[in-house]
Amino acid sequence: MTISGDGERPDGGTPLLEVRDLTVHHGQLRALDAISLRVLPGEVYAIIGANGAGKSTLMRTIAGLHHPTAGSVLFDGTDVTGLRPERRAGQGIVMVPEGRRLFGSLSVEENLKVGATYARPGPWTIERVYEMFDWMRERRGQLTAQLSGGEQQTVAIGRALVANPRVLLLDELSLGLAPVIVQRIYGMLPQIMSTGLTVLLVEQDVSQALRVASHIHCLLEGRTTLEGRPADVTADQVEAAYFGLAGAGPVSQPGEGSEP
Amino acid sequence: MSLATESTARSAENVRVTRSSRNVAWTGAVALIVVVVLAMFPYIVHSGVTAILVQAFILLTLASMWNLLAGYAGLVSVGQQAFVGLGAYAVLILAIHGASPFAALPFAAIACGVAALPLWWLVSRLRTGYFAIATWVLAATVMLIIEKFSSIGGGTGMPLPGFTGMDPTLLTAYTYWAGLAVTVVALAAIYLLLRGRLGLVLTAVRDDEVAARSSGARVGLARMLVFLVAGAGCGAAGAVLAISQLQVQPSAVFSVQWTAEMAFATIIGGLGTIEGPIVGTAVFMVLQQTLASYNAWYLIILGLVAIVVALFARRGLWGLVDARINVRLFPVGYWLRAEEDRPRRLLTRPRRGLHARPGGGR
Amino acid sequence: MAWVNAIIQGVLIGGLYALFACGLSLMFGVMKVVNLAHGDLAVVAGYIAIGIITIIHIPVLWSFLIVVPLMALLGYVLQRTILQGALDRSVLTTLMVTFGLSVVIENGLLQFFTANSRAIGTGLALVSGSFTVGSQIQIGYLPLVIFVVAVVVLLGLQYFLSASKFGRLIRAVADDKEAAQLSGADYRHVFGIAAAIAFGTVALAGIAYGMYSQLDPTAGTDTILLFAFAAVVIGGLGSLWGTLLGGVVLGVAQQIGAQISLSDEVLAGFIVFLAVLVLRPQGLISRGAQS
Repeated sequence: MTISGDGERPDGGTPLLEVRDLTVHHGQLRALDAISLRVLPGEVYAIIGANGAGKSTLMRTIAGLHHPTAGSVLFDGTDVTGLRPERRAGQGIVMVPEGRRLFGSLSVEENLKVGATYARPGPWTIERVYEMFDWMRERRGQLTAQLSGGEQQTVAIGRALVANPRVLLLDELSLGLAPVIVQRIYGMLPQIMSTGLTVLLVEQDVSQALRVASHIHCLLEGRTTLEGRPADVTADQVEAAYFGLAGAGPVSQPGEGSEP
Repeated sequence: MSLATESTARSAENVRVTRSSRNVAWTGAVALIVVVVLAMFPYIVHSGVTAILVQAFILLTLASMWNLLAGYAGLVSVGQQAFVGLGAYAVLILAIHGASPFAALPFAAIACGVAALPLWWLVSRLRTGYFAIATWVLAATVMLIIEKFSSIGGGTGMPLPGFTGMDPTLLTAYTYWAGLAVTVVALAAIYLLLRGRLGLVLTAVRDDEVAARSSGARVGLARMLVFLVAGAGCGAAGAVLAISQLQVQPSAVFSVQWTAEMAFATIIGGLGTIEGPIVGTAVFMVLQQTLASYNAWYLIILGLVAIVVALFARRGLWGLVDARINVRLFPVGYWLRAEEDRPRRLLTRPRRGLHARPGGGR
Repeated sequence: MAWVNAIIQGVLIGGLYALFACGLSLMFGVMKVVNLAHGDLAVVAGYIAIGIITIIHIPVLWSFLIVVPLMALLGYVLQRTILQGALDRSVLTTLMVTFGLSVVIENGLLQFFTANSRAIGTGLALVSGSFTVGSQIQIGYLPLVIFVVAVVVLLGLQYFLSASKFGRLIRAVADDKEAAQLSGADYRHVFGIAAAIAFGTVALAGIAYGMYSQLDPTAGTDTILLFAFAAVVIGGLGSLWGTLLGGVVLGVAQQIGAQISLSDEVLAGFIVFLAVLVLRPQGLISRGAQS
């Protein structure tokens, strides 16, 4: 386990998605302070932290909706920091945004079709999404505004999948959903990833994140407080990192970092 | 310690909040001198100059009102010409019934402020774009209705009575002073309004409407007040217009060109500051006088300049000056003075690249 | 009988109003831009048509084929440059910029073409001819053709938006442009296409207006813009059929006003507009206009 916060993955190999010394501001407020992370191909990388820790800002910056003040985002070795969001989607970075953000005046199928408009070639098609979420086929003509929260979330995931992403960004899947629904959706993650996807997710529900992730990264007020495999961290360490309690272990500033 | 708590901890110890910068004392004196000098013009300069200045006064009043609406209350009205016309017609109606047009002026302004009430009720719930169009339609409707009354000139208009037997030089002087008085009162009224609670509410709404509402600010009331004041102000300007032209013609007083002129002057000078319309009016008048013989060209150029300014220099010419020297002729904000430091102004847009750091950053 | 004729005339002219309005509705619905220069663009198209016809001496109907695509291209360019820049700043800025454009266009036209009004003569029996139904109902050819064209264009636009790939994209961007970006769509390009369509339809309407009535530099704001907006408000945003209905209601209201007194034609339309604004801002067919 490393808690240096500089994102090093000595075990991993070439990362698919990498963030280097990313600093992001909202006006005068510094939301992220020199964050670094590396996501390896095929894994589930979870970012956790309290409200306002900077999780969604990080996701949005990776997706291209936000410009960093400093630092870079690399995809498959290429610097994509200057790329507009739609271009990143074309490269294979597709985000399921916080709050679903479906197209309310369009039907379920139309939402999927929009997702497929600029799709990369790959195994995912609208048909395949219907096969995975069986209820969708029958209600594909329905306006998404009439669906339940859980149903909307699956449509949003489907919309992202038909674009054939290489890395899927999931921003706060559990928001506003009953725990049962959340578990069911996360339960489908293996099936979703069976085609070779990598997943980077943001999750407020820590226990849920620990259950599905192969790597955990905790943020607090824009800085990294913890990083490592779920198996290697204790509940106390996570709690301390999450809330920023004293005794959280050495939290070295990025750049100064020395590995334990 | 987090960023926020550190800076407030440090600042709470040794700062005080003051009302104005050190500038206000002498700018107030300068303003007074300027007004006195201007008041003496009819004795010093010949009537051609005062006539031009009357036009400038009318425009400055209108621009200040438009600035109040759009720059502070977020109401982009393309129908203020309705009040210009109503003000002119109010004077006409009173003059027809025997009053002196000069005496009628304040009543015309008040009448327009009152007339603004039902008009506000018609448009107040509309979102920005719809609001703009609705005000335009309202103005056109008001004109069409007024044109139906032949007793006040119908569609062709009529001369303004009440000047018979008046010495022409005296008339020019009185017209000039009326224009000056309206402008001074208008600017003073706007300054006092914005200095008070209304200004605070409007600035808060400008920055974050939801937060302002949840803090208890009566946003709707504030906007309505602004609309009424702007109506009265534009009405007063319309009254001066009628007096200066010695006649009232519907197509002239209700022309949307008034909105074009007041909007351009404000945008170019600087939206959202009281000084902006002054600068804009000056630019406008200079251009108009220089290009007077080229008919529509001055409007074309002004329109293009306004577009460029709106896109690239959001705070107008005054904004460019203000960013450099930090001076306010009409101080309506608050200053945060630390005991040792230079005063730093609150409630302004943050400058790029500036962010507070806790002690001992990377 | 005069009343029946008036109502029929109002219905037919409503088609023209709807044609003016659909571009305005599209731009507002998709990019939230209230284009105050909308009416002036129609007038510009009319003047360009006059210019082309005068210089190249082509038949009137051919001018459509040149001017409409030209205006559509202009719309795309204007949207990608100036309007997008204004949108990036604020709603207020778009209003001020389009208002500025309107004034610049009108005064530019005044400078070059003078204030005299012109008509686009067709030399065809189409313009002045009419036929009678029954014994007393007279229907002009031109208004009828314009109405039919308007309905066809609206039908086409409706079909495009609901059934085609790009139409779907336009609707998606209108709903949530950020989410559309995440699905790979460059919303600036989509906005551009929407503007191109809006400019194209308004050009079509402008030339038709020049054939039906007279063009003058201030017609853009005196009549067209306010009528177009009235049609949108009366019919409600978000529905092209609502726009048609709005245009028809406006046209009929105007003709009824004209029957009462000739000078009340325009006033009647505005009063209906204001009444709808007060009583039912959503218009006669759903989708809100209120803050």
